[in-house]
Amino acid sequence: MSIAVYFASLDPVNLFKSIPGNVAQGIVWGLMALGVFITFRLLDIADLTVDGSFTTGGAVTVILTLAGMPAFAALLIAILAGLAAGLITGLLHTKLGIPAILAGILTQFALWSVNLHIMGGWKGAANKSINPDQYTLLLSLRHVTKAILVGVVIAGVIIAVLYWYFGTEQGSAIRATGSNPAMSRAQGINIDSMKVLGLAISNAMVAMAGGLMAQYQGFADINMGRGSIVIGLAAVIIGEVLCDAFFRKGANFAVRLIFVVVGGVIYYIVVGVVLWLKLPSNDLKLFTAVVVAIFLAVPYLQKQARSSFKQAGRKGANIHA
Amino acid sequence: MLDINHVYKTFNIGTINEKRALIDLDLHLREGDFITVIGGNGAGKSTMLNAVAGVWPVDGGSIVIDGNDVTGLPEHQRAAFIGRVFQDPMMGTAPNMQIIENLALAMRRGQKRGLSWGVTKTERDQYREKLKILGLGLEDRMTSKVGLLSGGQRQALTLLMAALRKPKLLLLDEHTAALDPATAAKVLELSDRIVAENGLTAMMITHNMKDAIAHGNRLIMMNEGRIILDIEGEEKKRLTKADLLQKFADVAGTQEETDEVLLS
Repeated sequence: MSIAVYFASLDPVNLFKSIPGNVAQGIVWGLMALGVFITFRLLDIADLTVDGSFTTGGAVTVILTLAGMPAFAALLIAILAGLAAGLITGLLHTKLGIPAILAGILTQFALWSVNLHIMGGWKGAANKSINPDQYTLLLSLRHVTKAILVGVVIAGVIIAVLYWYFGTEQGSAIRATGSNPAMSRAQGINIDSMKVLGLAISNAMVAMAGGLMAQYQGFADINMGRGSIVIGLAAVIIGEVLCDAFFRKGANFAVRLIFVVVGGVIYYIVVGVVLWLKLPSNDLKLFTAVVVAIFLAVPYLQKQARSSFKQAGRKGANIHA
Repeated sequence: MLDINHVYKTFNIGTINEKRALIDLDLHLREGDFITVIGGNGAGKSTMLNAVAGVWPVDGGSIVIDGNDVTGLPEHQRAAFIGRVFQDPMMGTAPNMQIIENLALAMRRGQKRGLSWGVTKTERDQYREKLKILGLGLEDRMTSKVGLLSGGQRQALTLLMAALRKPKLLLLDEHTAALDPATAAKVLELSDRIVAENGLTAMMITHNMKDAIAHGNRLIMMNEGRIILDIEGEEKKRLTKADLLQKFADVAGTQEETDEVLLS
Protein backbone atom coordinates (compact mmCIF):
# COMPACT_ATOMS: atom_id res chain seq x y z
CA MET A 1 0.00 0.00 0.00
CA SER A 2 2.66 2.44 1.07
CA ILE A 3 4.63 1.73 -2.12
CA ALA A 4 1.60 2.65 -4.20
CA VAL A 5 1.25 5.87 -2.25
CA TYR A 6 4.93 6.58 -2.74
CA PHE A 7 4.75 6.16 -6.52
CA ALA A 8 1.53 8.13 -6.73
CA SER A 9 3.30 11.00 -5.00
CA LEU A 10 6.01 11.13 -7.68
CA ASP A 11 5.02 13.68 -10.30
CA PRO A 12 6.84 13.24 -13.65
CA VAL A 13 6.14 16.89 -14.44
CA ASN A 14 8.30 17.90 -11.51
CA LEU A 15 11.14 15.77 -12.84
CA PHE A 16 10.98 17.43 -16.25
CA LYS A 17 10.82 20.85 -14.66
CA SER A 18 13.95 20.13 -12.66
CA ILE A 19 16.03 18.96 -15.63
CA PRO A 20 17.00 22.34 -17.17
CA GLY A 21 18.27 23.64 -13.83
CA ASN A 22 20.27 20.46 -13.31
CA VAL A 23 21.73 20.75 -16.81
CA ALA A 24 22.85 24.33 -16.10
CA GLN A 25 24.48 23.33 -12.81
CA GLY A 26 25.95 20.26 -14.46
CA ILE A 27 27.68 22.36 -17.10
CA VAL A 28 29.26 24.57 -14.43
CA TRP A 29 30.44 21.50 -12.49
CA GLY A 30 31.63 20.05 -15.79
CA LEU A 31 33.89 23.09 -16.19
CA MET A 32 35.16 22.43 -12.68
CA ALA A 33 35.74 18.80 -13.68
CA LEU A 34 37.93 19.96 -16.58
CA GLY A 35 40.26 21.34 -13.92
CA VAL A 36 40.21 18.00 -12.09
CA PHE A 37 40.87 16.23 -15.41
CA ILE A 38 44.07 18.26 -15.91
CA THR A 39 45.57 17.24 -12.58
CA PHE A 40 44.10 13.77 -12.14
CA ARG A 41 44.43 12.46 -15.68
CA LEU A 42 47.17 14.54 -17.32
CA LEU A 43 49.49 15.19 -14.37
CA ASP A 44 48.59 12.05 -12.40
CA ILE A 45 48.11 14.08 -9.21
CA ALA A 46 44.97 13.96 -7.05
CA ASP A 47 44.79 17.65 -6.16
CA LEU A 48 42.60 18.45 -3.17
CA THR A 49 43.18 22.21 -3.44
CA VAL A 50 40.02 22.38 -5.55
CA ASP A 51 37.67 22.15 -2.55
CA GLY A 52 39.08 25.49 -1.44
CA SER A 53 39.75 27.18 -4.77
CA PHE A 54 36.17 26.57 -5.98
CA THR A 55 34.91 28.62 -3.03
CA THR A 56 37.65 31.20 -3.55
CA GLY A 57 36.42 31.69 -7.11
CA GLY A 58 32.84 32.15 -5.90
CA ALA A 59 33.80 34.51 -3.07
CA VAL A 60 36.03 36.72 -5.22
CA THR A 61 33.43 36.95 -7.98
CA VAL A 62 30.59 37.93 -5.63
CA ILE A 63 32.63 40.47 -3.61
CA LEU A 64 34.05 42.21 -6.68
CA THR A 65 30.70 42.29 -8.45
CA LEU A 66 29.13 43.78 -5.33
CA ALA A 67 31.92 46.37 -5.36
CA GLY A 68 30.76 47.46 -8.79
CA MET A 69 33.04 45.52 -11.09
CA PRO A 70 31.49 44.03 -14.26
CA ALA A 71 30.72 40.34 -13.72
CA PHE A 72 33.15 39.08 -16.37
CA ALA A 73 35.99 41.21 -14.96
CA ALA A 74 35.26 39.88 -11.48
CA LEU A 75 35.38 36.38 -12.94
CA LEU A 76 38.79 37.09 -14.49
CA ILE A 77 40.18 38.16 -11.10
CA ALA A 78 38.62 35.00 -9.59
CA ILE A 79 40.50 32.96 -12.19
CA LEU A 80 43.75 34.65 -11.14
CA ALA A 81 42.96 33.88 -7.49
CA GLY A 82 42.53 30.21 -8.39
CA LEU A 83 45.79 30.33 -10.33
CA ALA A 84 47.53 31.62 -7.20
CA ALA A 85 46.02 28.84 -5.08
CA GLY A 86 47.29 26.20 -7.50
CA LEU A 87 50.66 27.91 -7.59
CA ILE A 88 50.95 27.64 -3.80
CA THR A 89 50.09 23.93 -3.82
CA GLY A 90 52.60 23.43 -6.62
CA LEU A 91 55.38 25.24 -4.76
CA LEU A 92 54.63 23.38 -1.50
CA HIS A 93 54.98 20.16 -3.46
CA THR A 94 57.99 20.89 -5.68
CA LYS A 95 60.05 23.39 -3.65
CA LEU A 96 59.39 22.05 -0.17
CA GLY A 97 59.05 18.37 -0.99
CA ILE A 98 55.59 17.92 0.54
CA PRO A 99 53.67 15.03 -1.06
CA ALA A 100 51.22 16.38 -3.65
CA ILE A 101 48.09 15.16 -1.92
CA LEU A 102 49.16 16.70 1.40
CA ALA A 103 50.19 19.97 -0.27
CA GLY A 104 46.68 20.21 -1.71
CA ILE A 105 45.09 19.51 1.66
CA LEU A 106 47.22 22.21 3.32
CA THR A 107 46.30 24.84 0.74
CA GLN A 108 42.64 23.88 0.93
CA PHE A 109 42.74 24.10 4.72
CA ALA A 110 44.33 27.54 4.59
CA LEU A 111 41.87 28.72 1.95
CA TRP A 112 39.01 28.20 4.40
CA SER A 113 40.28 31.16 6.44
CA VAL A 114 41.22 33.12 3.33
CA ASN A 115 37.74 32.63 1.86
CA LEU A 116 36.08 33.83 5.08
CA HIS A 117 38.20 36.99 4.90
CA ILE A 118 37.46 37.52 1.21
CA MET A 119 33.74 37.49 1.95
CA GLY A 120 33.79 39.40 5.24
CA GLY A 121 36.95 41.45 5.45
CA TRP A 122 38.92 41.38 8.70
CA LYS A 123 36.04 39.87 10.69
CA GLY A 124 35.17 37.31 8.06
CA ALA A 125 31.81 36.08 6.77
CA ALA A 126 30.54 32.61 5.93
CA ASN A 127 28.47 33.71 2.94
CA LYS A 128 27.61 36.63 0.73
CA SER A 129 24.59 36.94 -1.52
CA ILE A 130 24.16 38.95 -4.70
CA ASN A 131 20.81 40.03 -6.08
CA PRO A 132 20.51 39.26 -9.81
CA ASP A 133 17.98 42.10 -10.11
CA GLN A 134 20.50 44.71 -9.01
CA TYR A 135 23.61 43.39 -10.73
CA THR A 136 24.23 42.18 -14.27
CA LEU A 137 25.40 38.60 -13.95
CA LEU A 138 26.62 36.25 -16.66
CA LEU A 139 24.11 33.62 -15.63
CA SER A 140 21.40 33.11 -13.02
CA LEU A 141 18.92 30.44 -12.03
CA ARG A 142 16.18 32.99 -12.72
CA HIS A 143 16.84 32.49 -16.44
CA VAL A 144 17.78 28.86 -16.77
CA THR A 145 17.69 28.70 -20.58
CA LYS A 146 20.03 31.66 -20.84
CA ALA A 147 22.24 30.12 -18.15
CA ILE A 148 22.52 26.91 -20.16
CA LEU A 149 23.40 28.85 -23.31
CA VAL A 150 26.06 30.92 -21.52
CA GLY A 151 27.42 27.73 -19.93
CA VAL A 152 27.66 25.96 -23.28
CA VAL A 153 29.41 28.92 -24.91
CA ILE A 154 31.94 29.21 -22.07
CA ALA A 155 32.51 25.45 -22.08
CA GLY A 156 33.07 25.59 -25.85
CA VAL A 157 35.63 28.36 -25.58
CA ILE A 158 37.45 26.71 -22.65
CA ILE A 159 37.59 23.33 -24.39
CA ALA A 160 38.98 24.97 -27.54
CA VAL A 161 41.65 26.77 -25.50
CA LEU A 162 42.59 23.61 -23.58
CA TYR A 163 42.71 21.59 -26.81
CA TRP A 164 45.07 24.14 -28.32
CA TYR A 165 47.22 24.52 -25.20
CA PHE A 166 47.79 20.82 -24.57
CA GLY A 167 48.76 20.43 -28.21
CA THR A 168 51.56 23.00 -27.89
CA GLU A 169 55.14 22.22 -26.96
CA GLN A 170 54.51 23.39 -23.40
CA GLY A 171 51.23 21.49 -23.04
CA SER A 172 52.88 18.35 -24.42
CA ALA A 173 55.61 18.75 -21.81
CA ILE A 174 52.97 18.84 -19.07
CA ARG A 175 51.36 15.67 -20.43
CA ALA A 176 54.76 13.96 -20.70
CA THR A 177 55.50 14.88 -17.07
CA GLY A 178 52.32 13.08 -15.96
CA SER A 179 52.95 10.12 -18.23
CA ASN A 180 56.63 9.46 -17.43
CA PRO A 181 58.61 11.85 -15.19
CA ALA A 182 61.97 10.07 -15.67
CA MET A 183 61.67 10.23 -19.44
CA SER A 184 60.57 13.85 -19.26
CA ARG A 185 63.67 14.86 -17.31
CA ALA A 186 65.86 12.98 -19.77
CA GLN A 187 64.21 14.97 -22.57
CA GLY A 188 65.13 18.20 -20.83
CA ILE A 189 61.73 18.98 -19.33
CA ASN A 190 61.74 20.75 -15.96
CA ILE A 191 59.10 18.52 -14.40
CA ASP A 192 58.78 20.66 -11.26
CA SER A 193 57.83 23.69 -13.35
CA MET A 194 55.38 21.62 -15.36
CA LYS A 195 53.66 20.35 -12.20
CA VAL A 196 53.34 23.88 -10.81
CA LEU A 197 52.02 25.12 -14.14
CA GLY A 198 49.49 22.29 -14.40
CA LEU A 199 48.25 22.79 -10.85
CA ALA A 200 47.89 26.55 -11.44
CA ILE A 201 45.93 26.09 -14.67
CA SER A 202 43.72 23.46 -13.07
CA ASN A 203 42.82 25.62 -10.09
CA ALA A 204 42.24 28.62 -12.35
CA MET A 205 39.59 26.54 -14.13
CA VAL A 206 38.09 25.43 -10.84
CA ALA A 207 37.90 29.00 -9.49
CA MET A 208 36.19 30.10 -12.70
CA ALA A 209 33.60 27.37 -12.22
CA GLY A 210 33.17 28.52 -8.61
CA GLY A 211 32.61 32.08 -9.81
CA LEU A 212 30.00 30.93 -12.32
CA MET A 213 28.27 28.80 -9.69
CA ALA A 214 28.08 31.73 -7.24
CA GLN A 215 26.50 33.89 -9.93
CA TYR A 216 24.09 31.14 -10.91
CA GLN A 217 22.85 30.48 -7.37
CA GLY A 218 23.08 34.15 -6.32
CA PHE A 219 25.49 33.70 -3.43
CA ALA A 220 28.90 32.49 -2.35
CA ASP A 221 29.11 30.23 0.67
CA ILE A 222 32.07 28.94 2.64
CA ASN A 223 30.81 25.38 2.12
CA MET A 224 30.08 25.60 -1.61
CA GLY A 225 33.33 23.85 -2.58
CA ARG A 226 33.14 21.09 -0.02
CA GLY A 227 33.58 17.70 -1.69
CA SER A 228 34.04 19.22 -5.13
CA ILE A 229 37.02 16.93 -5.80
CA VAL A 230 34.65 13.97 -5.57
CA ILE A 231 32.01 15.57 -7.80
CA GLY A 232 34.75 16.53 -10.26
CA LEU A 233 36.08 12.97 -10.26
CA ALA A 234 32.55 11.65 -10.73
CA ALA A 235 32.11 13.87 -13.79
CA VAL A 236 35.51 12.87 -15.21
CA ILE A 237 34.78 9.18 -14.74
CA ILE A 238 31.21 9.26 -16.06
CA GLY A 239 32.49 11.20 -19.06
CA GLU A 240 35.26 8.70 -19.72
CA VAL A 241 32.99 5.68 -19.47
CA LEU A 242 30.57 7.24 -21.96
CA CYS A 243 33.37 8.38 -24.24
CA ASP A 244 34.90 4.91 -24.33
CA ALA A 245 31.48 3.42 -25.00
CA PHE A 246 30.96 5.68 -28.02
CA PHE A 247 34.51 5.85 -29.38
CA ARG A 248 36.22 2.71 -28.04
CA LYS A 249 39.21 4.68 -26.68
CA GLY A 250 39.76 6.17 -30.14
CA ALA A 251 38.42 9.60 -29.17
CA ASN A 252 40.64 12.61 -29.74
CA PHE A 253 41.52 15.01 -26.96
CA ALA A 254 38.80 17.58 -27.69
CA VAL A 255 36.11 14.89 -27.61
CA ARG A 256 37.44 13.60 -24.30
CA LEU A 257 37.20 17.11 -22.85
CA ILE A 258 33.64 17.52 -24.16
CA PHE A 259 32.68 14.27 -22.46
CA VAL A 260 34.07 15.50 -19.13
CA VAL A 261 31.53 18.36 -19.26
CA VAL A 262 28.85 15.91 -20.39
CA GLY A 263 29.82 13.82 -17.36
CA GLY A 264 29.09 16.79 -15.10
CA VAL A 265 25.66 17.27 -16.70
CA ILE A 266 24.78 13.60 -16.35
CA TYR A 267 25.90 13.61 -12.74
CA TYR A 268 23.51 16.48 -11.95
CA ILE A 269 20.65 14.88 -13.86
CA VAL A 270 21.16 11.72 -11.80
CA VAL A 271 21.19 13.83 -8.65
CA GLY A 272 17.93 15.39 -9.82
CA VAL A 273 16.38 11.96 -10.29
CA VAL A 274 17.59 10.82 -6.88
CA LEU A 275 16.01 13.85 -5.24
CA TRP A 276 12.83 13.44 -7.29
CA LEU A 277 12.57 9.88 -6.01
CA LYS A 278 12.54 11.51 -2.57
CA LEU A 279 15.56 9.56 -1.51
CA PRO A 280 17.08 11.30 1.51
CA SER A 281 19.33 14.11 0.26
CA ASN A 282 21.53 13.64 3.32
CA ASP A 283 22.74 10.42 1.72
CA LEU A 284 23.67 12.05 -1.57
CA LYS A 285 27.34 12.28 -0.67
CA LEU A 286 27.43 8.65 0.42
CA PHE A 287 25.78 7.69 -2.86
CA THR A 288 28.25 9.78 -4.90
CA ALA A 289 31.26 8.40 -3.05
CA VAL A 290 30.09 4.83 -3.65
CA VAL A 291 29.56 5.49 -7.36
CA VAL A 292 32.99 7.13 -7.74
CA ALA A 293 34.68 4.32 -5.79
CA ILE A 294 33.04 1.71 -8.01
CA PHE A 295 34.07 3.40 -11.24
CA LEU A 296 37.62 4.02 -10.02
CA ALA A 297 37.84 0.35 -9.08
CA VAL A 298 36.58 -1.00 -12.39
CA PRO A 299 39.90 -0.87 -14.33
CA TYR A 300 41.69 -2.58 -11.45
CA LEU A 301 39.03 -5.26 -11.03
CA GLN A 302 39.03 -5.91 -14.78
CA LYS A 303 42.75 -6.52 -14.60
CA GLN A 304 42.26 -8.83 -11.62
CA ALA A 305 39.62 -10.75 -13.55
CA ARG A 306 42.15 -11.40 -16.29
CA SER A 307 44.93 -12.48 -13.97
CA SER A 308 45.17 -12.83 -10.20
CA PHE A 309 46.76 -15.10 -7.61
CA LYS A 310 43.34 -16.42 -6.66
CA GLN A 311 42.68 -17.43 -10.23
CA ALA A 312 46.13 -18.91 -10.68
CA GLY A 313 45.65 -20.85 -7.45
CA ARG A 314 42.34 -22.28 -8.65
CA LYS A 315 43.82 -23.32 -11.99
CA GLY A 316 46.79 -24.90 -10.23
CA ALA A 317 44.47 -26.84 -7.91
CA ASN A 318 42.53 -28.16 -10.91
CA ILE A 319 45.69 -29.65 -12.37
CA HIS A 320 46.36 -31.61 -9.19
CA ALA A 321 42.78 -32.79 -8.92
CA MET B 1 84.10 15.49 -25.67
CA LEU B 2 83.53 14.24 -22.13
CA ASP B 3 85.83 14.84 -19.19
CA ILE B 4 85.11 13.19 -15.87
CA ASN B 5 87.65 14.83 -13.58
CA HIS B 6 88.38 13.14 -10.25
CA VAL B 7 84.75 12.52 -9.38
CA TYR B 8 83.68 11.19 -5.98
CA LYS B 9 80.26 9.95 -4.90
CA THR B 10 79.26 8.30 -1.63
CA PHE B 11 75.72 7.17 -0.92
CA ASN B 12 74.09 7.16 2.55
CA ILE B 13 76.94 9.08 4.15
CA GLY B 14 77.21 8.51 7.88
CA THR B 15 74.90 5.50 7.98
CA ILE B 16 75.59 1.80 8.25
CA ASN B 17 74.76 1.52 4.54
CA GLU B 18 77.45 4.00 3.51
CA LYS B 19 78.70 3.08 0.08
CA ARG B 20 81.61 4.74 -1.67
CA ALA B 21 80.30 4.37 -5.21
CA LEU B 22 82.81 6.46 -7.18
CA ILE B 23 86.36 7.05 -5.97
CA ASP B 24 88.55 9.56 -7.80
CA LEU B 25 86.98 8.57 -11.10
CA ASP B 26 88.90 10.06 -14.00
CA LEU B 27 87.88 9.40 -17.60
CA HIS B 28 88.28 11.37 -20.81
CA LEU B 29 86.42 10.67 -24.05
CA ARG B 30 87.50 12.06 -27.41
CA GLU B 31 84.92 13.02 -29.99
CA GLY B 32 83.61 9.89 -31.70
CA ASP B 33 84.75 7.51 -28.95
CA PHE B 34 82.39 4.60 -28.36
CA ILE B 35 83.26 3.15 -24.96
CA THR B 36 81.87 -0.09 -23.60
CA VAL B 37 81.82 -0.41 -19.81
CA ILE B 38 81.94 -3.72 -17.93
CA GLY B 39 82.28 -4.68 -14.28
CA GLY B 40 80.51 -6.65 -11.58
CA ASN B 41 77.43 -5.61 -9.69
CA GLY B 42 78.11 -2.54 -7.59
CA ALA B 43 81.27 -1.67 -9.51
CA GLY B 44 79.97 1.83 -10.20
CA LYS B 45 79.04 1.55 -13.89
CA SER B 46 75.50 2.91 -13.60
CA THR B 47 76.64 5.36 -10.92
CA MET B 48 79.13 6.79 -13.41
CA LEU B 49 76.45 7.21 -16.08
CA ASN B 50 74.05 8.77 -13.58
CA ALA B 51 76.77 11.16 -12.43
CA VAL B 52 77.26 12.28 -16.03
CA ALA B 53 73.50 12.53 -16.65
CA GLY B 54 73.02 14.56 -13.47
CA VAL B 55 70.57 12.30 -11.66
CA TRP B 56 72.08 13.65 -8.40
CA PRO B 57 74.98 16.01 -7.63
CA VAL B 58 78.47 14.55 -7.20
CA ASP B 59 80.42 15.00 -3.95
CA GLY B 60 83.65 16.12 -5.58
CA GLY B 61 85.32 16.60 -8.95
CA SER B 62 83.87 17.99 -12.14
CA ILE B 63 82.11 16.86 -15.29
CA VAL B 64 82.73 18.71 -18.54
CA ILE B 65 80.87 18.00 -21.77
CA ASP B 66 82.40 19.50 -24.92
CA GLY B 67 83.94 22.33 -22.93
CA ASN B 68 80.80 23.06 -20.87
CA ASP B 69 81.20 22.45 -17.15
CA VAL B 70 77.89 20.78 -16.23
CA THR B 71 78.79 19.79 -12.65
CA GLY B 72 76.30 22.31 -11.22
CA LEU B 73 73.49 21.68 -13.71
CA PRO B 74 70.43 19.55 -12.87
CA GLU B 75 69.39 16.61 -15.03
CA HIS B 76 66.91 18.45 -17.26
CA GLN B 77 69.47 21.11 -18.16
CA ARG B 78 72.19 18.59 -18.97
CA ALA B 79 69.69 16.85 -21.23
CA ALA B 80 70.57 19.46 -23.86
CA PHE B 81 73.87 17.61 -24.34
CA ILE B 82 72.89 14.02 -23.60
CA GLY B 83 70.77 11.31 -25.20
CA ARG B 84 69.91 8.39 -22.94
CA VAL B 85 68.53 4.87 -23.17
CA PHE B 86 67.70 3.11 -19.91
CA GLN B 87 67.83 -0.54 -18.88
CA ASP B 88 64.07 -0.62 -18.36
CA PRO B 89 62.37 -0.35 -21.78
CA MET B 90 59.37 1.31 -20.09
CA MET B 91 61.48 4.18 -18.79
CA GLY B 92 62.47 5.97 -21.97
CA THR B 93 59.08 6.75 -23.49
CA ALA B 94 55.77 8.29 -22.39
CA PRO B 95 53.20 5.45 -22.59
CA ASN B 96 50.08 7.64 -22.70
CA MET B 97 51.34 9.61 -25.67
CA GLN B 98 51.48 8.79 -29.35
CA ILE B 99 54.64 7.56 -31.07
CA ILE B 100 54.83 10.80 -33.02
CA GLU B 101 54.33 12.89 -29.87
CA ASN B 102 57.18 11.05 -28.17
CA LEU B 103 59.45 11.76 -31.12
CA ALA B 104 58.41 15.42 -31.09
CA LEU B 105 59.26 15.63 -27.37
CA ALA B 106 62.71 14.20 -28.11
CA MET B 107 63.20 16.56 -31.05
CA ARG B 108 62.87 19.47 -28.60
CA ARG B 109 65.36 18.10 -26.08
CA GLY B 110 67.32 21.06 -24.74
CA GLN B 111 65.15 23.58 -26.60
CA LYS B 112 62.78 26.08 -25.06
CA ARG B 113 59.23 24.71 -25.13
CA GLY B 114 56.85 27.49 -26.05
CA LEU B 115 53.35 27.83 -27.40
CA SER B 116 53.91 26.69 -30.96
CA TRP B 117 52.47 23.32 -32.00
CA GLY B 118 53.90 20.28 -30.26
CA VAL B 119 54.11 18.39 -33.57
CA THR B 120 54.35 20.24 -36.89
CA LYS B 121 53.36 18.95 -40.33
CA THR B 122 56.92 18.93 -41.66
CA GLU B 123 58.08 16.89 -38.68
CA ARG B 124 55.50 14.24 -39.46
CA ASP B 125 57.14 13.24 -42.78
CA GLN B 126 60.59 13.45 -41.27
CA TYR B 127 59.61 11.03 -38.47
CA ARG B 128 58.02 8.63 -40.91
CA GLU B 129 61.38 8.30 -42.69
CA LYS B 130 63.25 7.87 -39.41
CA LEU B 131 60.83 5.18 -38.20
CA LYS B 132 61.28 3.24 -41.44
CA ILE B 133 64.94 2.78 -40.51
CA LEU B 134 63.86 0.71 -37.48
CA GLY B 135 62.12 -1.78 -39.77
CA LEU B 136 59.39 -2.42 -37.19
CA GLY B 137 56.47 -1.02 -39.17
CA LEU B 138 56.04 1.80 -36.66
CA GLU B 139 55.85 4.33 -39.51
CA ASP B 140 52.31 3.07 -40.15
CA ARG B 141 51.28 3.40 -36.49
CA MET B 142 52.53 6.89 -35.73
CA THR B 143 49.41 7.90 -33.82
CA SER B 144 49.35 4.73 -31.67
CA LYS B 145 50.00 5.14 -27.96
CA VAL B 146 53.52 4.01 -27.07
CA GLY B 147 52.09 1.97 -24.19
CA LEU B 148 50.77 -0.49 -26.77
CA LEU B 149 54.26 -1.34 -28.05
CA SER B 150 56.43 -4.26 -26.91
CA GLY B 151 59.56 -3.75 -24.80
CA GLY B 152 61.83 -4.22 -27.81
CA GLN B 153 59.85 -1.78 -29.91
CA ARG B 154 59.90 0.78 -27.12
CA GLN B 155 63.65 0.40 -26.66
CA ALA B 156 64.25 0.83 -30.40
CA LEU B 157 62.06 3.93 -30.33
CA THR B 158 63.94 5.30 -27.29
CA LEU B 159 67.21 4.80 -29.15
CA LEU B 160 65.87 6.68 -32.15
CA MET B 161 64.65 9.45 -29.84
CA ALA B 162 68.01 9.71 -28.07
CA ALA B 163 69.73 10.47 -31.38
CA LEU B 164 66.95 12.48 -33.02
CA ARG B 165 68.48 15.76 -31.93
CA LYS B 166 72.16 14.92 -32.22
CA PRO B 167 73.51 14.66 -28.65
CA LYS B 168 77.09 15.45 -27.65
CA LEU B 169 76.99 12.22 -25.74
CA LEU B 170 74.89 9.04 -25.92
CA LEU B 171 74.51 7.05 -22.69
CA LEU B 172 73.32 3.44 -22.98
CA ASP B 173 72.71 1.91 -19.56
CA GLU B 174 72.47 -1.86 -20.12
CA HIS B 175 69.80 -1.04 -22.63
CA THR B 176 69.51 -4.60 -23.95
CA ALA B 177 69.59 -6.43 -20.62
CA ALA B 178 65.81 -6.65 -20.28
CA LEU B 179 65.22 -7.89 -23.85
CA ASP B 180 65.13 -11.42 -25.24
CA PRO B 181 68.37 -12.44 -27.03
CA ALA B 182 67.05 -11.95 -30.57
CA THR B 183 65.59 -8.52 -29.81
CA ALA B 184 68.69 -7.56 -27.83
CA ALA B 185 70.88 -8.37 -30.84
CA LYS B 186 68.68 -6.25 -33.08
CA VAL B 187 68.72 -3.28 -30.71
CA LEU B 188 72.52 -3.59 -30.36
CA GLU B 189 72.95 -3.58 -34.11
CA LEU B 190 70.70 -0.55 -34.32
CA SER B 191 72.78 1.17 -31.63
CA ASP B 192 75.95 0.57 -33.67
CA ARG B 193 74.30 1.97 -36.76
CA ILE B 194 72.94 5.08 -35.06
CA VAL B 195 76.29 5.80 -33.40
CA ALA B 196 78.17 5.30 -36.68
CA GLU B 197 75.77 7.19 -38.94
CA ASN B 198 75.60 10.23 -36.63
CA GLY B 199 79.24 10.09 -35.57
CA LEU B 200 78.18 10.08 -31.90
CA THR B 201 80.32 9.88 -28.80
CA ALA B 202 78.84 7.08 -26.72
CA MET B 203 79.16 5.07 -23.52
CA MET B 204 77.51 1.67 -23.26
CA ILE B 205 77.25 -0.39 -20.09
CA THR B 206 76.83 -4.09 -20.62
CA HIS B 207 76.94 -7.28 -18.61
CA ASN B 208 77.86 -9.26 -21.70
CA MET B 209 81.63 -9.46 -22.23
CA LYS B 210 81.24 -10.58 -25.83
CA ASP B 211 79.18 -7.47 -26.61
CA ALA B 212 81.68 -5.29 -24.77
CA ILE B 213 84.48 -6.66 -26.96
CA ALA B 214 82.54 -6.62 -30.23
CA HIS B 215 81.26 -3.04 -29.99
CA GLY B 216 82.96 0.32 -29.74
CA ASN B 217 86.57 1.38 -30.06
CA ARG B 218 87.44 1.40 -26.38
CA LEU B 219 86.65 -0.77 -23.36
CA ILE B 220 86.87 0.03 -19.68
CA MET B 221 86.41 -2.27 -16.72
CA MET B 222 85.30 -0.93 -13.36
CA ASN B 223 85.63 -2.31 -9.86
CA GLU B 224 84.68 -0.77 -6.53
CA GLY B 225 84.16 2.72 -7.92
CA ARG B 226 87.37 2.84 -9.93
CA ILE B 227 88.41 2.17 -13.52
CA ILE B 228 90.76 -0.80 -13.38
CA LEU B 229 91.26 -1.39 -17.10
CA ASP B 230 91.22 0.85 -20.16
CA ILE B 231 91.92 -0.71 -23.55
CA GLU B 232 91.50 0.77 -27.01
CA GLY B 233 92.29 0.50 -30.69
CA GLU B 234 94.18 -2.53 -32.01
CA GLU B 235 94.68 -3.93 -28.54
CA LYS B 236 90.91 -3.98 -27.99
CA LYS B 237 90.29 -5.65 -31.36
CA ARG B 238 92.52 -8.57 -30.34
CA LEU B 239 90.82 -8.90 -26.96
CA THR B 240 89.11 -12.20 -26.03
CA LYS B 241 86.78 -13.10 -23.21
CA ALA B 242 89.55 -15.15 -21.61
CA ASP B 243 91.86 -12.14 -21.75
CA LEU B 244 89.28 -10.04 -19.94
CA LEU B 245 88.81 -12.59 -17.19
CA GLN B 246 92.59 -12.85 -16.81
CA LYS B 247 93.05 -9.08 -16.74
CA PHE B 248 90.35 -8.77 -14.15
CA ALA B 249 92.01 -11.44 -12.05
CA ASP B 250 95.39 -9.68 -12.32
CA VAL B 251 94.03 -6.39 -11.06
CA ALA B 252 91.27 -7.37 -8.76
CA GLY B 253 91.91 -10.71 -7.12
CA THR B 254 91.60 -14.44 -7.69
CA GLN B 255 90.15 -16.16 -10.73
CA GLU B 256 87.19 -17.69 -8.90
CA GLU B 257 86.01 -14.35 -7.61
CA THR B 258 86.39 -12.87 -11.05
CA ASP B 259 84.12 -15.35 -12.75
CA GLU B 260 81.57 -14.92 -10.07
CA VAL B 261 81.56 -11.15 -10.13
CA LEU B 262 81.70 -10.65 -13.88
CA LEU B 263 79.19 -13.28 -14.84
CA SER B 264 76.67 -12.54 -12.13
